[in-house]
Amino acid sequence: MDIVLDGVSKIVNGEKHINNITLKIESDTTNVVLGHTLAGKTSLLRLMAGLDRPTTGQIVMEGKDVTGLSVRKRSVAMVYQQFVNYPSMSVYNNIASPLKMSGLSASDIDQKVRKVAAMLHIDNLLDRLPAELSGGQQQRTAIARALVKDSELLLLDEPLVNLDYKLREELQVELQDIFKERNAIVVYTTTEPSEALMLGGNIVVLDEGRVLQTGATPYVYHHPATTRVAQVFSDPPINYLPGVVHGRVARLGQGIDIPMEGHLESVPDGKYIFGVRPNHLFLTNGSGNKAEIRTKVALAEINGSETFIHVSHGDTHLVVQEDGIHPRHIGSDLAVYVNPCNFFVYNETGHLLASPFQCE
Amino acid sequence: MNKWENNRAWLLTIPVLIIVAFSAIIPLMTVVNYSVQDIFGPGQRIFVGTEMFRSVLHDYRLRDALWRQFLFSGLVLLIEMPLGVLIALAMPKKGWSVSLALVVLALPLLIPWNTIGTIWMIFTRPDIGLFGATINNVLGIPFDHTASPIDAWITLMLMEVWHWTPLVALLAYAGLRAIPDVYYQAAKIDGASPWATFRYIQLPKMRGVLTIALLLRFMDSFLIYAEPFVLTGGGPGNSTTFLSIYLVKLAVGQFDLGTAAAFSLIYFLIVEVLCFLFYQALQNVGKGANP
Repeated sequence: MDIVLDGVSKIVNGEKHINNITLKIESDTTNVVLGHTLAGKTSLLRLMAGLDRPTTGQIVMEGKDVTGLSVRKRSVAMVYQQFVNYPSMSVYNNIASPLKMSGLSASDIDQKVRKVAAMLHIDNLLDRLPAELSGGQQQRTAIARALVKDSELLLLDEPLVNLDYKLREELQVELQDIFKERNAIVVYTTTEPSEALMLGGNIVVLDEGRVLQTGATPYVYHHPATTRVAQVFSDPPINYLPGVVHGRVARLGQGIDIPMEGHLESVPDGKYIFGVRPNHLFLTNGSGNKAEIRTKVALAEINGSETFIHVSHGDTHLVVQEDGIHPRHIGSDLAVYVNPCNFFVYNETGHLLASPFQCE
Repeated sequence: MNKWENNRAWLLTIPVLIIVAFSAIIPLMTVVNYSVQDIFGPGQRIFVGTEMFRSVLHDYRLRDALWRQFLFSGLVLLIEMPLGVLIALAMPKKGWSVSLALVVLALPLLIPWNTIGTIWMIFTRPDIGLFGATINNVLGIPFDHTASPIDAWITLMLMEVWHWTPLVALLAYAGLRAIPDVYYQAAKIDGASPWATFRYIQLPKMRGVLTIALLLRFMDSFLIYAEPFVLTGGGPGNSTTFLSIYLVKLAVGQFDLGTAAAFSLIYFLIVEVLCFLFYQALQNVGKGANP
């Protein structure tokens, strides 16, 4: 089964939640919808599920127009950001609830419930009520409820966002395997680039209700078509430096000269925006780091086992990702090194001209 | 660590102790004191021990009033709880009509209790009351709450339901509004019927507020005084003499302070024990469901 969204818009109270999206999702694929908060991720899922009717456009599944078809008549399962379970039912009955309508025999239901519960490691909790479980266990129950009925479309709306870091990593790994075994279209929304990369598959980059770019997740990561895509698909956000190319040398920011070699060679003279991800800015002058950027430290943000150093170079704000935890004095001078082969080059309208992927 | 190191902190509890003493402990102890004496007038009293309690427990009028009270509270709860939930389910969910519905619902709750009795006394009068006159003269059914015990009960029940169902409805409505929309979406995706949505999402999610509503309504209806006092005065005969009305008759009408005090203590215990039992029972509803 495949899904085609054809010119779909959703307008609520004059606000365009979804703005003319045309999208084709192939059968048996894992699809990540990446976008910031309010990009329209949940609205898109609700339209696909059939919970909402698009204002304009149509939704076609396997060649059949299902635009106005009620959610009850579709083969859909959904997991939410909130932990949604029936409060008065045990975990067992919660997982069994989507099967009750299907007319399966009690022993078939029992077998399916136990299988999916084992897969999500909640088989020892079947007698409990949702209120007696931890957050992670509640979400496992909700995921089990969605998986148990073998629906053709499995929608997950930021399912791990309310879980703590450790549980999230655990479930990310498990979900990858579960998705692979499933004969269904999986659509998974997230705000986090790292989660998108981990799940792989295809990606839909969404921003302000529009699709910015689609493609295989690693490809889009390496070739973000516009400056906005690169911003959405980079955490901490990608750094941009304005630059002028003249005679095979680019002058960036305040007097940083880099040679236009390698993948930059094809870029003609003119004004451009040079982008570099925070993990490609270094504090040591290793091999290949041909340019030095003089900066002042504005803020050092410790994030897990990494430090994000926010620095200013003239008027430009940059973020450097450094391994380990290092205290920094605010206002002190810091030299940052960059290898020119890590630069993305965008023209002034923000479209990608050169990607550094080849040089990695 | 020395146990008495911070003993001055105890001083901070003194205001509360004083308030509780004057508002609850001293009045209660006064009642206990009355209950073991036979009082004839100022300065004329004899200690009688448990005699008052024994006489109260053997008083058939008290037992009748107690059964009447149970019947009344039971019927009131059976009508008000489901009706309140139904009203809450039918109430609008957004727009200006929400405010309108809330104001209209809250109106009966804002009227002083004896005024309610008066309103209904006039409303149901067979000669000039809108309700009473309509039933008697237009429909031709004889209806007089001052003459027929059944009519008196019907009037009281109507009044009580009219007065207090809005409270249940408002609490249930608050409970309903607190359910996130995703629960309804999940139920839709599961193909749940409206009844299943109510049974497995709305009702369990409303359990907390409905427990409170049930306790409040039970206590209030069990202690009802002002409205029947104004409307029927406990009559006709003794047919609407509830516990509070009988208690006042004993204490004020007959100046039987000792008996009334013993009765008050028993009354207090009954309410206390029943509320505890209700609460315990409701805490366990919905738990222990096995696969």
